[in-house]
Order: sequence, then C-alpha cells, then structure tokens
Amino acid sequence: MPLFTGPNWDFGSLRRVYEAVEKIAFGELGLDIYPVQIEVITSEQMLDAYSSVGLPLMYRHWSFGKRFAYHETLYRKGLQGLAYEIVINSNPVICYIMEENSMTMQTLVIAHAAFGHNHFFKNNYLFRQWTDADGILDYLSFARDYVSKCEERYGAEAVERVLDAAHALKEHGVNRYAHRSKPNLAEEQRRTEERRAHEEATYNDLWRTVPQLGGDKDDPVVSEKQREQLRQQLGLPEENLLYFIEKRAPRLEDWQRELIRIVRNVSQYFYPQKQLQLMNEGCATFCHYEIMNRLHDKGLITEGSMLEFLHSHSSVVFQPGFDDPRFSGFNPYALGFAMMSDIRRMCEKPTSEDREYFPEIAGCGDPFGVLRHAWANYRDESFILQYLSPAVIRQFKIFQIADDSSKPSLRVEAIHDEIGYRRIRSALSKQYDLSRREPDIQVVDVDLRGDRCLTLVHYVHDGVLLEEKTCRSVLRYAAYLWGYAVKLLEIEAATDKTLKTYEAAVDPT
Amino acid sequence: MNVVDRRPNPKGKSLSNRQRFLSRARVEVKSAVQEALRKRKVADVEHGEKVAIPTRGISEPIFHHNRRTGKTDHIIPGNKEYVRGDEIPRPTGGEGQGGREGSPDGSGDDAFEFTLSKEEFLDMFFEDLELPDLVKKSLKDTTAVDLQRAGYTVTGTPSNLSVPRTLRNSMGRRIALRRPKLSEIETAQQALEEARVAGDEEAIERLTREFERLERRSKIIPYIDPIDVRYRRFDRVPRPNTEAVMFCLMDVSGSMTEAMKDLAKRFFMLLHVFLTRRYRHVDVVFIRHTSTAEEVDEETFFYSRETGGTVVSTALEKMLEIARARYPIDRWNIYGAQASDGDNYGADSSRCVSLLGGDVLPLCQYFAYVEVGDGMGGSLTGLSRDSDLWRAYSEVAPAHPHFAMRRVGDPSQIFTVFHELFAKGGVRA
Repeated sequence: MPLFTGPNWDFGSLRRVYEAVEKIAFGELGLDIYPVQIEVITSEQMLDAYSSVGLPLMYRHWSFGKRFAYHETLYRKGLQGLAYEIVINSNPVICYIMEENSMTMQTLVIAHAAFGHNHFFKNNYLFRQWTDADGILDYLSFARDYVSKCEERYGAEAVERVLDAAHALKEHGVNRYAHRSKPNLAEEQRRTEERRAHEEATYNDLWRTVPQLGGDKDDPVVSEKQREQLRQQLGLPEENLLYFIEKRAPRLEDWQRELIRIVRNVSQYFYPQKQLQLMNEGCATFCHYEIMNRLHDKGLITEGSMLEFLHSHSSVVFQPGFDDPRFSGFNPYALGFAMMSDIRRMCEKPTSEDREYFPEIAGCGDPFGVLRHAWANYRDESFILQYLSPAVIRQFKIFQIADDSSKPSLRVEAIHDEIGYRRIRSALSKQYDLSRREPDIQVVDVDLRGDRCLTLVHYVHDGVLLEEKTCRSVLRYAAYLWGYAVKLLEIEAATDKTLKTYEAAVDPT
Repeated sequence: MNVVDRRPNPKGKSLSNRQRFLSRARVEVKSAVQEALRKRKVADVEHGEKVAIPTRGISEPIFHHNRRTGKTDHIIPGNKEYVRGDEIPRPTGGEGQGGREGSPDGSGDDAFEFTLSKEEFLDMFFEDLELPDLVKKSLKDTTAVDLQRAGYTVTGTPSNLSVPRTLRNSMGRRIALRRPKLSEIETAQQALEEARVAGDEEAIERLTREFERLERRSKIIPYIDPIDVRYRRFDRVPRPNTEAVMFCLMDVSGSMTEAMKDLAKRFFMLLHVFLTRRYRHVDVVFIRHTSTAEEVDEETFFYSRETGGTVVSTALEKMLEIARARYPIDRWNIYGAQASDGDNYGADSSRCVSLLGGDVLPLCQYFAYVEVGDGMGGSLTGLSRDSDLWRAYSEVAPAHPHFAMRRVGDPSQIFTVFHELFAKGGVRA
C-alpha cells in the first residue's frame, strides 16, 4: 500500500512518510540524527530565508535586503527556481519545506534534509568541533537584539558603517586552527557587561603617548628586539583580522567591538560549511537516493512518484561539461553523489583497479560503514584526496589545465588516464582547499612608535596577486575600523620579495 | 519529529532590510527611476518598474584573487578531445571558469537589477514634492468640523453608551456595597433545602433568615444603577481647510503636434498621479480647449484626439466659471496648471493676460504654465522666437510670486520641470 497517491500533501502524510523514512534511515543506513522540526513555509518566506543567508534569524543590514531583491527578481522572471528546502544546523535541526512542493518532493526533501544533512551535521568532525548546534539560534537572537539596540542608541548609520566594514573582512574573521570556545547566550551577555571593566583594567600599549625611557633608540639591534617583543605581546602575526581589530584597535567603542564580534561569530559558524559543501550535499543526495529507492522497493511510493523523483534527482546531479554555457564549476551534488555511489560500488562489486587503488575498502561488503566513517572524519579536500577513484575521474572526464598568465596559451597537464589519475586527484583536492582558495592575509605589525599604522601581508603563492580594485576598497574599510592608516604588502611566500604595496588612510569623515 | 506550519507568520520579514537597501542606494535608484519614467508610455506611468542601478554604492568588496596573475591549475570535467601536453589558446573575454556564481557579490561594474514595487517607485519619484501653500492663511472661515474623542460623560444618547466603563463602575459599586453574588444566593438556597430535608427546625429558621437577607440585599442593590452609566463624549474641533482643486488646462488645437500633445499629457499624467497619491481630497478638473473650451473627464482628457483653432482665453474663462460655480474660494485651495504650445489667436493674448492677472491668479494658490516645444525651440530661448503666450505671460509673472512658467522641449525635461515646479519650498520663476 503506497503512503500517498497524487501530488497534494497534507500533514498526516508528512508524518507517515517521516516515519517510513526513519525506519529505513535508522535500520538500514544506520544514520544518527538530531531531532527534527519541519516547518512549512511559503515561497516568499523562502526568499526571506535566502536573503538572511539561510538562517531563520539575522540582524538587520541593507546587504540582506539587496540579496532579497536580487533573488526575488530572478525568481519572478523565472530565471531561477527556489530551493525545495533549507536546513539549519541547530538542535533540533530546522528543515524548511515549501508549500508548493508536491508530496513526492516533500518525501525527497525529508529524506535529503531531515536525514541526510542532519546526519552529516551531527557527525562530521568539523561541525562537531566548530559549530554549536544547541546555541546558534539563541546567539542569533542575541545578535539581532544587540544590533537593534545599538541602532537605537548610536544611530542606524553609525551601526551600518561598522557592519559594512566588518562584512568586508568577514572572510578573514575566522579562526582556522585553534579550538574555539563555544558561544553561549548567558556567557555572551555576561561578557558584554564585563568588557568595559576589563578594558579599563588592562593596559593597552597602543594608547601610550609618553615616550619610553632609555636611549636605546640609536641601537638598531636592541630596538628590533623590542619591536619583536611588542609584536609577541600583541599576538602577532595574526590571521584572524577581525579578531585582532576587535581586541586591539585603539579607537573603537565597546559596542563597535561587540558588533565586530557578532560578524566574526556568524562568519565562524559558516566556516565549516564552506569546507564541507561537496560532502554535505553528496551525503544528503546519496541518502535521499537510497531512501527513495528503498521506499519504492517496499511499494511505499507509486511508480508515478518514483518517476517524478528520478526526474528531479537527475537534474540535481547534472554536471555540465566545461564547454557548456551552463557550466559554473563542479556541481557539488553531482560529484559528491558520484563519489559516494562509487564507494558503495567498490565495497560491493570491486574491480581489479579498485583493489589496487583502494585495497582497504574494495570488496569489504559494508558500504554504509565505510561511508559513515568518511562522513564523520573527512572534509572536502581530504575526502577527494582519499576517495576520488579512477572510475569517477573517467565518468566525469576530468582533466587538468595549467594556466600560467605569463604564457600565451593554456596547457593540458593531465587527463583521465593511467598517468593522470593521481595528479588529478591531488590537484582537485587542492582546488577544494579553502586556505588556497582564499587569499592568505595576516596582520604582521603595528607601528607603535610612529603613526600606529597597521601592516597586513598577503602571502603570494604561485604569483597570484589580489584583485586591485576590491583590495583598495576593503583596505579603506579596514582603516576605518583600525582608526589609523593600514598598509598591505604582497609578499611572495617563496622568496620574501615584496611585489606590491597598498596603503589606505582613514577617511576624514 | 515536529511539523510547524509557518505559513501564517507575518509577511515581509525582510521589509526593513529592503528599506535599508533602498535608502542606501537612494541616489542611484532615484536617477534610475527618472530614467525609467522617461522611457515609459503615457498610460503606464502608474506601475512598478524594473530598475538597474550601478553597483557602486552597494558593492560589498572582499579580498579576491586576481585570476589573471600568476599560475593556477584548473580541474574541470567534460574533456572530449584533449590529451596530455595539448596547448589551448587562452579563452578571451571572461574565462570559462573562475567566477563561480553570478552572485550579487560579484565584483565589477555590472548593473544590479531588481524590481521596485509601484509604491516604492512613485514614492521615490515624488519624494520632496508638495503642493505649495496647501493651507490657507486664514482659517477662520472654515466650516468643516471633525469629531474628536474627549473622555466620558454621564449624559448622552444610547448609541454612545460605553459598556466597559459602565460595567466597571457597576462592578466597583457592587463590590463596595457587598451585593451578594448569584452563587452565594444559590448556596444559601441549597443549604436551606438540605436543612429542610434533614428537618432541623433551628437550622431551617436560621438559613431562611439568611436566604431572605441575601435576596433582599440583591434587590435593593441593583446590578446596574443609573449612576454607573457613562457615555462616550465627543468634541467638535474645526478642521483646517485643506480641500484643494487642481485645474488642468490643455491646448489640443491643431498647432499642437502629436509629440507636443504627448508631452503635455505626460506632464498632466504625472501631475494626476502625484495628486491622487499624495492628497486624499484633491479634486481634479480637466479642461481642454481649441477655439472653445470644455470640461472633460479623465479618460477623454488623456486619450481622445481633437483638433481645431486656438483661443486660450476660453479655457481660462471656463476655469473661472467652474471655480465660481463649484469651488468657492473661501472653502477651497485652488491650483491651476496649463499646458500649451504658446500659439494663440492674435488678439486673444492680451485678453489672456488680463484674465490671468485680474481674475485667475488672485483666485489661485499657485498657477503653473508649461510651454511645450517641438524639441528645438524649448530650451534655446536665445535663438528661437518667444511665443505669443510666453511673451504675454512674462508680463504678468513678476507681479505674482505664485505664478511659475517653464518650457519643456522633450520628455527627458518633463521630470526636471515637474520637480522644479513642485519642489518643497518651490522654485518660482
């Protein structure tokens, strides 16, 4: 007996489908999930959610209005369909589904988001380490209230200036390595209040206006040593630019520091997601594909639903080639799904090639165990390095071209053949490495003796410089926050040679 | 698992963000709006509009790698013919990869396109505009009154009875005088009956007395007493006279080319939209004239065609006639707007001057004359000959600060002229 027939959905069938999916997910796939809250929303509310970067609550800022206007125009023109779902990594996991979806689509969405994404959120090490699923909604509501309180007290314009500037640096407001203490609502509020007392009590060397004693200025060795010591006191070099500014900028008010902290925390929340896009979507897609097929095998969904699902699934995992006008890089759904399906194939029906490349999993017979292990312990970069198989490389016809801007033409370095597999695998893994994708920028020095100028360095790898125009505007924002001039040097990491220098003074306004 | 239906939640959650965005991009949006209006047909002035604004004021820069420097590897799918070592000519104009998504954050000077609602569109356009001197200097003649709530009173008509107030007083009084509650009486009665069943004589007598006392008390203390009753009170406050009428005078004679009529109509269309949006109680009177003038409805005014000779004074006379008959000056703020190509029947101009200076202008709060040209004459005053009417009106202008004249040569000027005529604290010729 199928769980539902026809396209219309109702709350009863949502519940029945959820229970049926749950049975398969727990019993056959061995998933482990947070509790789920399914929220039915309209398309307009979906656009709302889009504009606040997928979060249910967000502080107010014009850039979210801009995003809304952008998506709305695309949607109204029919250029872009809306996502069928949005899922939020919180505890319980909130899963938005749109009222326009047919019942088949709702089933797909439940399998995809409420189980696939959910399992991934709960088990992947990066999420476990960096994201506080229990606290995120409380924190966002604290952030929203705090921002609107600041707007009342200091004026919307002043708040907007700080947020604009902080947004420009938000990609460089994350801790990449240290284990961050988890944010907690009560803790945050207490800390805000204590901050004033703390700032008064601690000595900030940047405020020193009295010249230091001793005539060691003439001695370059001692002077350099002192500077080194100062740099250490300030915790330099520091790659979390927003953190450094929040803690050390001499002219910021307390509330401005708190705003920077909010931007920083939100940015940190998204940091793992950026490193896990391929795996996250792959995991969810793989789960929904498995679950939908089981439902069909058990006769719980009709042939018609199955066809509708297959149609939608195949457009989700469609990968256009590089010469296709629709091409915009790898489709994370497609590549993730293909890699995970291939892992399953290798576990169950390995070829001799698989035995050579993946001796530890080929033919092991426990595909879900292997996948669960991969979902829990890898990120995009390491997952590709570990699991991208020759079969998938052939399936996508992946090739590598080297683009050297000093040469007139591009060169094909490797293709999907015996010699190329390993090269392509490591090169593709690098392409997913966030630390290579984003510019490597650090605070290296503050001129405490002179004009308090802040020095940033962009370590240039393979000669790739910063885009000049945006770099200048970002530096202006940074100078606004810092309160004094900001300098950026582009230094070639391999040779320590300075390639380019930017400088931004504080706007007189 | 929990299913929550969020559909009934309040809409427009992102409205405040949108307003912030619009005010951020105010300058750009405004010029885009004017640009858009210029290209519109007369009939769809009153619609929302898709506008494209430069990303200048609303860009969100972040540090980017410049893809045209250094060495990069691209790993891409879909190889068909290449083998290792092949050289491929560098693709020109935006490489195949790189810009991952065409997100709004994409850098560059591309226009950012979005749709303004009709409200936002017109708000943006009519910002800073108003009818000059809407309130007459003397308010003493006003006849209109408004009713305004002014507390409560002990007398009044039943329709003004305030039930909550009355019951509140009643309840206070009942508590103060200890009127027995219905439930107390019922308990007493029940106890009495139980005693009767038990046959306890002494208890029966005591309980009967108690019951009768309660009964009596509830009778002499009424549930609602006349002293509880309150009525809502209203004060009559005189309302300042803001009733206004706008006379739209348009020349539709043969000397007006289609282009000129289009210009004039655009002007009035804008005026009409402006008035109906901003003021609830503005009457608009449409008068068109050839050698004779007639009052017409909106539809005819904007959309019908007519040709003939030109006698401008007929329109002014018609306006005076209507004003005297229907819009007494002590009750109405009167405005006039006239559009013409400036051609007039030879001897009529002097009559126009005397009509305008002598009768029409003293009547009006504000009168605007817009002369439409064929695109050549308009702005090049020095080269082309001033029209009859322009010369004639120029004599009147200096003596009347509330009379303004402007020339319009092509559609792009309409909006500037309109803004000039109705800017707050208006610019006067």
